[in-house]
Amino acid sequence: MNSFLMHWTYAIPEIWVLTMACAVLLADLFWGDGLRDLAAVLTVLTLCGAAVLTVFEMGQSGTAFAGLFVLDRFTNVAELFSYLAVLMVVLYSRRYLVDRGIYRGEVFVLLLFALLGIMVMVSGGSLLSVYLGLELLALSQYALVAFYRDSVMATEAGLKYFVLGALASGLLLYGMSLLYGLTGTLDVRDIAADLVNMTAGNLVLVFAIVFIAAGIAFKLGAAPFHMWLPDVYQGAPTAVTAFLASAPKIGAFALIIRLLVDGGYGMQESWQQIFVALTVVSLVVGNVIAIAQQNIKRMLAYSTIGHVGFMLLGVVAGTEAGLASAFFYTVVYTLMSLAGFGMILLVSRAGFEAERIDDFKGLAQRKPWYAFLMMIVMFSMAGVPPTVGFYAKLAVFQAVVAAGYVWLAVVGVLLAVIGAFYYLRVVKVMYFDKPAPDAGLIVRDDLASMALSINSLALLVLGILPGPLMAFCFYAMRGVI
Amino acid sequence: MTHSSLLSYAIWVPIIGGLLVLAVGDRRAEAARWLALVASLAAFAVTIPLFTGFDTHTAAMQYSERVAWIPSLNIFYHLGIDGISLWFILLTSFLTVLVVISSWKNVQERVAQFMAAFLIMEGLMIGVFCALDAILFYVFWEAMLIPMFLIIGVWGGPRRVYATIKFFLYTFLGSVLMLVALLYLYFHSGDSFSLLEFQKTPLGMSAQTLIFLAFFFAFAVKIPMWPVHTWLPDAHVEAPTGGSVILAAVMLKMGAYGFLRLSLPIVPDASHRLAWLMIVLSLIAIIYVALVAIVQEDMKKLIAYSSIAHMGFVTLGFFVFNSVAIEGGIIQMLSHGFVSAAMFLCVGVLYDRMHTRNIKDYGGVANVMPVFAALMMLFAMGNVGLPGTSGFVGEFMVVLGTYQVNPWLAILAATSLITGAGYTLWLFKRVIFGSVVQPEVARLKDLDGREVLVLGTLAAFTLLLGLWPAPFLDIVHSSVQHLVTQVSLSKIPA
Repeated sequence: MNSFLMHWTYAIPEIWVLTMACAVLLADLFWGDGLRDLAAVLTVLTLCGAAVLTVFEMGQSGTAFAGLFVLDRFTNVAELFSYLAVLMVVLYSRRYLVDRGIYRGEVFVLLLFALLGIMVMVSGGSLLSVYLGLELLALSQYALVAFYRDSVMATEAGLKYFVLGALASGLLLYGMSLLYGLTGTLDVRDIAADLVNMTAGNLVLVFAIVFIAAGIAFKLGAAPFHMWLPDVYQGAPTAVTAFLASAPKIGAFALIIRLLVDGGYGMQESWQQIFVALTVVSLVVGNVIAIAQQNIKRMLAYSTIGHVGFMLLGVVAGTEAGLASAFFYTVVYTLMSLAGFGMILLVSRAGFEAERIDDFKGLAQRKPWYAFLMMIVMFSMAGVPPTVGFYAKLAVFQAVVAAGYVWLAVVGVLLAVIGAFYYLRVVKVMYFDKPAPDAGLIVRDDLASMALSINSLALLVLGILPGPLMAFCFYAMRGVI
Repeated sequence: MTHSSLLSYAIWVPIIGGLLVLAVGDRRAEAARWLALVASLAAFAVTIPLFTGFDTHTAAMQYSERVAWIPSLNIFYHLGIDGISLWFILLTSFLTVLVVISSWKNVQERVAQFMAAFLIMEGLMIGVFCALDAILFYVFWEAMLIPMFLIIGVWGGPRRVYATIKFFLYTFLGSVLMLVALLYLYFHSGDSFSLLEFQKTPLGMSAQTLIFLAFFFAFAVKIPMWPVHTWLPDAHVEAPTGGSVILAAVMLKMGAYGFLRLSLPIVPDASHRLAWLMIVLSLIAIIYVALVAIVQEDMKKLIAYSSIAHMGFVTLGFFVFNSVAIEGGIIQMLSHGFVSAAMFLCVGVLYDRMHTRNIKDYGGVANVMPVFAALMMLFAMGNVGLPGTSGFVGEFMVVLGTYQVNPWLAILAATSLITGAGYTLWLFKRVIFGSVVQPEVARLKDLDGREVLVLGTLAAFTLLLGLWPAPFLDIVHSSVQHLVTQVSLSKIPA
């Protein structure tokens, strides 16, 4: 076996997902009309299988395919959370898709390819493989957003996303090409070794870092590169939004780890300043503009921008604990936004998108259990203990104070208070307002409501016992620097 | 320590009881009520051994528990109480029983959720008084907001939504700054969140000042001190009776407790430096807010403002830094716990019958409700601070302690004996005395057995604390002595 293929076993989960994605495509083509649930069931099996394969790999580390592929703790843990996110999306969205006549195999194939893109990103050891994963994810996402052809909003959102996403990929690629020109290598580790010898004032290098940071900020949705995010979140079918707001954030976080930490840690001072600015602007834009929203999907979109700001606090700290807390924040955010969008999916029905905040009026009287779950999600997003959202904020604040940025922590907590207002408003309409007279019945959906109950209660249980999850995220980041 | 998990029981018995009540559901309201009563009695029962087994001779933390909770961030589940905490735990568990009984009939909507909210809140409040880990303290401190937010918002009066959001955001804003201060302290105390470690950490003057201010915002909002008190009248007026009782009797005490547990021992130099600010704000509360109380036309609002004035005495007592005044402040808090709870319950009794809180709508109630009038008379006297009632002991000790420091301050503070009499007695006269003018008042029925039980118990404690305060003081004495020593030692590194 030649050296290129040595350790190819590290990539078994990726190979499995790729194979299964193709298998789902074919199976749906042949038998999809008769067995409507076939693609979904196969997708769930794929995810479970991938999880098993990844768990078997735990503890190993190394590179494969001439350094294109990296296996380390972060790869394993990030992949596991990505499977979980996709699994929840599949469980939540079945009825929503059926109601709108778009319950087709392609959705699941695209989800699996998007997942594969995330997996390639988190295990990318070279600029090339990271970029490849990113594009695979992005193209699948464009298609998913525009998938609901009957909806003008969705089509518009898809086009907007495509144009702006291509621009961001271009920025990122340009930054990568500058790095390649400077160092003559695509391998992230070699780049890191070369950067040590460069002076901090190297203008080309600064440009490269700026372009890469801009590309990452776009993919994360950090302000001022957030313009696409509210329109796409609102326009996309809610099932797709639930996906956009979950697993891809883990992928975007992987970009930070792979490009800036693995590759550019020597240039930490340069990108740290950029991220300070991104953090502050995201916190302000996300939390302040969300107050004005009447559409809950749009509100959650702005809240995403705010959450990205909080997450980046940990990146600004730049320490191992800081990155670990940022990763913890990303995972917690993923769980929270899955539950939030899951609830929107659950409350909407054929011909009715529960999109306006007012659609949740009096939910506590119509469906007390759903209202309770949504309340947990909202308090968790606001960062009120005893929900896990609080510990996510606590961890990043602790990291940022440790790094000496006390003022950033103060800015963060003040904007957390502003943010609390619009989350409280959702609780307010659910609990204190009377249901609208034309509020229809909530369709029974046992599968989704069970999944959602587990997801939301997890936010509360993890809030009372956050130790293990946090330890797991810290484990993933140990030795990353 | 032998009974080492008693504090955990005190916290978790009510919370689990609350969850069980929630599980019973609103449809079986009667069962939910009885279960809530049993749970609150059980919760009260588990706090009694804390009192009987308490060692009054030491200022050390008793009944300590310490388990690793979040190892990645060095956070421990660390509990322990001293003489200062003990009374507030007992007060909380005791009043919750009374709230459950007093809400028996007047809450008819979503009964199980209502009772559950109170029980869960009881556990969280006790948690605040026990926590010795800064993050654990903060978690309990903030978690309380959720049930209170719902209690005011769901069961409150007409402007409840405005009031509850104001309440939540005010207190949230106050406490997040405290969180930053706690994180800062973590890195200066050798990576520990233990409050006891914080107390030993040397800190420079400017750091101390900033930390003091961060704590100040958190605690001042909760107490509340002038000028951040404006949420309180709104929250009180709109809250259901039980909510007002817990708010006035226990939640306001959290802020004052925070000053004793965090501000004074952790940043003693800044406390001394900014004591003038605290004293000025306290005097404004005592004098100005009391004047505001006089002109109120809504009974609940009047009592809410009088609460702020009374809490002004507490903070005044803390920031003259001698043990008489601090003990006076603590007794004042306890007394206020009984008296304000009773006053709000009295208003609740009238409101249940008449559905109005306007003073104008009453008059001559004594003619139709003699038992009620007699009991309310006692509580009004307690609110004024008449010797023989609990109100007197606290105010007297604070004035005495203040006099030792500066007689003028004591004289200004003592004006509250006049203004307090002004608003309380005038309220009492307009509501209880006079002739019956309104036909609705003529049809009022006197207290039933349940109401007599609740108010009678509170009356007994008001008199007990007023006539024989020694057992109450014995418990707090060692801890206050220790605190006074801590505050007198500078922590600025040489």
